[in-house]
Amino acid sequence: MKSLWWRQIQGILRLEVRKSVLSMRALPLYLLAAIPVTVTFIVVAVSTIVGEPPPEFSGPSGATSLFAILFQLGILRSTLYFAVVWIFMNLFRGEVLDRSLHYYFLSPIRRDVLVAGKFASAWVSVSVVFSVVTIVCFGALHVYFGSAALTNLTGQLFAYLAIVWMACLGYGAIFMVAGLFMRNPVIPAVLIFFWEGGNAFLPGLLKKFSVIFYLQSLFPIDISKGPIEIIAEPVPLWIGIPGFIVFSGLTLLLAGFQIRRMEIHYTDD
Amino acid sequence: MTPASDRLVFDNVSKFYGEVLGINRVDLSIPPGITSLVGPNGSGKTTIMNLMTGLLRPSQGEIRMLGIRPDNPEELFRNVGYCTQFDSFPRGASGQQFLYNYLRVHGHTHADATEMTERAIERVGLTHASTRRVAGYSKGMRQRIKLAQAICHEPAVLILDEPLNGLDPMARAEMIDLFRELSAAGQHIVISSHILHEVDLISDQVILLNEGYVVAEGDIQSVRTEMSGRPLQILVRCDKPRLLASRVFEHESTVEVRIHEDGGGILISTKDADSFLIAFNRMVLDNEIRVASVTPADADVHAVYQYLITQEGEA
Repeated sequence: MKSLWWRQIQGILRLEVRKSVLSMRALPLYLLAAIPVTVTFIVVAVSTIVGEPPPEFSGPSGATSLFAILFQLGILRSTLYFAVVWIFMNLFRGEVLDRSLHYYFLSPIRRDVLVAGKFASAWVSVSVVFSVVTIVCFGALHVYFGSAALTNLTGQLFAYLAIVWMACLGYGAIFMVAGLFMRNPVIPAVLIFFWEGGNAFLPGLLKKFSVIFYLQSLFPIDISKGPIEIIAEPVPLWIGIPGFIVFSGLTLLLAGFQIRRMEIHYTDD
Repeated sequence: MTPASDRLVFDNVSKFYGEVLGINRVDLSIPPGITSLVGPNGSGKTTIMNLMTGLLRPSQGEIRMLGIRPDNPEELFRNVGYCTQFDSFPRGASGQQFLYNYLRVHGHTHADATEMTERAIERVGLTHASTRRVAGYSKGMRQRIKLAQAICHEPAVLILDEPLNGLDPMARAEMIDLFRELSAAGQHIVISSHILHEVDLISDQVILLNEGYVVAEGDIQSVRTEMSGRPLQILVRCDKPRLLASRVFEHESTVEVRIHEDGGGILISTKDADSFLIAFNRMVLDNEIRVASVTPADADVHAVYQYLITQEGEA
């Protein structure tokens, strides 16, 4: 039975990854992914024209700080966030709008296996694209501004990639469920965007109701949010990562429950 | 007698869309063979099909497809294929890719999926166009590829929503032959159609629906016979139509007699077919009339549909 489910998930992955990265639906994903890469190359180009980088970003530690800012503001909290919103919300909602969900519902596949397959395909698609973005931006800044020891950089890069994968997992689970429960998921997407963006200024208890809070412990370098930031003890790594996986699993169970109850109306007949 | 697990069973099933009635208290027990769902738009044909395939859940009652509950897709769709009326396909996919991907989602291996895809495409006569994009297919070709999708895993039950729509006469004849072939192999085939002439040709039994209710069920002849309140029309071909008409008119059960427009027979309406036919034999013998044929003139789906649905709607 497990091997059948695995084959079915592979079948879904084949279709869905293609849909997420090779169809017109992928265009917003690529446009969002292009933003941090473009910003990085503009920074590099401007610095080249000016002749030298700004003093606060010169040298190996400067590149590290610059990338930390770019990653938090230009990738994690903006482009990656909206890419996840776009891809995961459309996993089922997009099929309903395209009127193509029935092809899955007419297959001998458990609907919760379908949820798992679609979630995995979206996770792979966004993770791969933004891992490439992270590597390109990280590499470009460190090559131009100079780099620290290679082992140190490899550790940092891996930490950033882990944040990308975890963020896709956490935000992805939330927005897949939002796409299943809500007719207009744009409103929760915007609300969560501001909630996550303002996380640094929330009281300690409220901070815990956000994805970004649990990613904090993975950041190799933290950036200052200014004098009004409320500092809270970050969650230890050994709680944060398994907690993330459990949270995503529970959210997928909820999505599985909802999809089992879902009906399709073909005509008014 | 077909065992219950070989039937498609609806037990007191109702479906409401909010306040709107889809179907109400439907009891069905469909044996193998070709069964047609007939009724006007909004009568509940597609609702019944969607309930059979678990795309809708009943508001009340229970459904068993060969003993399988429709909310168990893993088992259901190993045994059921559904050709929907809905015309949307994955973007950019060719007919071949469309079927192949569907079979991979079933869990078939590459080799099996490839072989089953080829077989199904050949069966619906689309081999020449299998590598073309579905988006470029004609309406008839799209209908065929949907049919191929429904039969590609060789299900025991085929549910076909308006399967002959958009097909040219040649393709229709081919599809009808295919349905007969599948039915002869013991499959259940449930068809909804507005083309009553074709329904009449291919159905082993019909289910007539109107406004969410089953108004008649069974083979056409027995449905017609059970409509005792309605006069039965009989066409008699004979050598002395005028003489026969005058004799027939004397019988108490006769409602109407008309000379056929070609002058070679008469069209009789009788409210008691059994007693009329006994008396009819006597009339023929006594008057030495040579009778070429006696056939029911309105025992087809169209007539039953007219009586049960159109006239009730007008009443």
